[in-house]
Amino acid sequence: MTEHAARAAEFVKNDARLHWHDQAVWFVRNKRDIARSFVPEWEELRSLGSQIKAHTLSRLAGYLEEFERNARAAGAAVHWARDADEHNRIVHGILRENGVTRLVKSKSMLTEECHLNEYLEAHGVEVVDTDLGERIVQFRREPPSHIVMPAIHLKKEEIGELFHDKLGTPRGLADPKQLAEAARAHLREKFLAAQAGLTGVNFAIASTGGVVVCTNEGNADLGTALPPIHIACMGVEKLVPSPRELAVFLRLLARSATGQPITAYTSHFHGPRPGASMHIVIVDHGRSRILAREEYRNSLKCIRCAACLNTCPVYRRSGGHSYGVAVAGPIGSVLAPHVDPKKHADLPFASTLCGSCSDVCPVRIDLHHQLLAWRGELAAQGLVPLRKRVVSRVGRWVLARTWAYRFFGKLARIFARYVPNPWTRQRELPPMPRESFRAQWRKRVRAR
Amino acid sequence: MSARDEILKALRAAAPQAVPLPDVGRVSAVRYPDVRERFAKSMVEVGGRCVLVEGPLEPALAAIPEYAAARKVVSLVPGVAKANVDLSSIRDPRDLRDVDFCVLPAELGVAENGACWIVDHGGANRAAAFLTQHLAVVLRGDSLVHNLHEAYQRIAIPSPGFAMWLSGPSKTADIEQALVIGAHGARSCTVLVTAQAR
Repeated sequence: MTEHAARAAEFVKNDARLHWHDQAVWFVRNKRDIARSFVPEWEELRSLGSQIKAHTLSRLAGYLEEFERNARAAGAAVHWARDADEHNRIVHGILRENGVTRLVKSKSMLTEECHLNEYLEAHGVEVVDTDLGERIVQFRREPPSHIVMPAIHLKKEEIGELFHDKLGTPRGLADPKQLAEAARAHLREKFLAAQAGLTGVNFAIASTGGVVVCTNEGNADLGTALPPIHIACMGVEKLVPSPRELAVFLRLLARSATGQPITAYTSHFHGPRPGASMHIVIVDHGRSRILAREEYRNSLKCIRCAACLNTCPVYRRSGGHSYGVAVAGPIGSVLAPHVDPKKHADLPFASTLCGSCSDVCPVRIDLHHQLLAWRGELAAQGLVPLRKRVVSRVGRWVLARTWAYRFFGKLARIFARYVPNPWTRQRELPPMPRESFRAQWRKRVRAR
Repeated sequence: MSARDEILKALRAAAPQAVPLPDVGRVSAVRYPDVRERFAKSMVEVGGRCVLVEGPLEPALAAIPEYAAARKVVSLVPGVAKANVDLSSIRDPRDLRDVDFCVLPAELGVAENGACWIVDHGGANRAAAFLTQHLAVVLRGDSLVHNLHEAYQRIAIPSPGFAMWLSGPSKTADIEQALVIGAHGARSCTVLVTAQAR
């Protein structure tokens, strides 16, 4: 069994939890649909978003130079990192130089991708994730299971137990409001004690040299308004040409993510606040390799809204942790094999290729086409399990020959129910028709 | 070669053929028959409150229960009676941790999402806007636009500086999708839309 399938099997063992997770995530997809219905120009916005990203990617180096120039003019220091390791060393270097041992972080999928927390902790820095969901999974020493809702896989009772353990809330407390209040008090102390704040970047504006960070909790703002150092980490693909284009993405992002018309806080940082310092770390970590590959290039348009996770029938029923990567779901499954095709060869198969991901993507990434392209490529590299390869080979041979198709169809109608088949482990095989479709059709035409 | 040059070189080598930048102006974005009404509705939808102020500001502020109960008040709008913190005298933003109420001026409001463009936060002491327990935003009635496209045509982003769209109070739904107002920042947000001529 492949790794994703094995981990998913673990998740689906608890049937009630599986359906609860499915519904919780689908609920968010529904909210997205409602929000979208209030924007008559939605489809045009998606096209525009996609085209702006295509343009920006086609001259990304130029935009990055423009961004760097303007960011420096605004007073920020700009650093460049080829890969995760260099990124981690740069961030740690900034902290070490300033004697920082207490860091607060707001959400950054890039730092998850780079495993920054583990790196900094190994070097003696206390790292506190301040997004409520991220703090919860950090307490549990596990990765987020969703880009936007990191603790979506957990029940409030489990969080209550965790907070009882870590924050001393009364045993059995499971009211989300009271739990969030406890986290607020706990994290306020962390914000006030922090010596530096780190944020991700939702958008970087080339023409102004600023970065834009979107949160609902306001944690990025507290984390950058209190300590004297702000570190912002971004992938090279976060660029937009100017504020004009930014408007398009801000209209798409929150609606696609949670069904909100915009996040509560959309902060525009241009340089540090008076008396403080700001560092921007620009990271490649495999993105230039993706850009070089025409069939996968579009995945760099991603704005990390997680709409493709929320709609994916496989994600909803297998949980984020089954993917084994920081970014789960369809987008994670097309990004991860670039980093390590061997390790993540199972992910492009964690899909039904239904195409729902491509339908909801706010920047029109052709996700299900990319998943299919990966399957072919991984098979060609010999990274697909033998059984899958044999079945595909036989299938191709049969489907290419009318006589073989008819013959094996007939065999299947008779013997399919007796053949052991992993597909039927949790499902009933529908009764086999007595006649083939062709035969039924012929009869119908004759009867007319 | 430096990391910077290496990354830029790799991106140049990988870049596809130039794709033209589409004109954002071509989108015919949603507009509303009554922009003020839509803005008020959006505010409620994002968990905030919206009050139309015909006369002077102070009575409208006094009608906000959290303002009436507040002891420590920061205001970046002049003439607020209860304001008792002089931001320019604050050396360490941590000293603002016990602010109860903060009044901020907004330059622009967006009807489609209730976002208010806030530039003046108190510079080095912008923490007041985030540490405060409750917020009021003062917005001129003639500073409303229909959508974000119009908004970005009207605003200037300060550089160096900080500015934000604020849309309602701080919130989270990270525990079982249950909406909780008041995650880290303000627990309430009231937008006071003042008469056109002020």
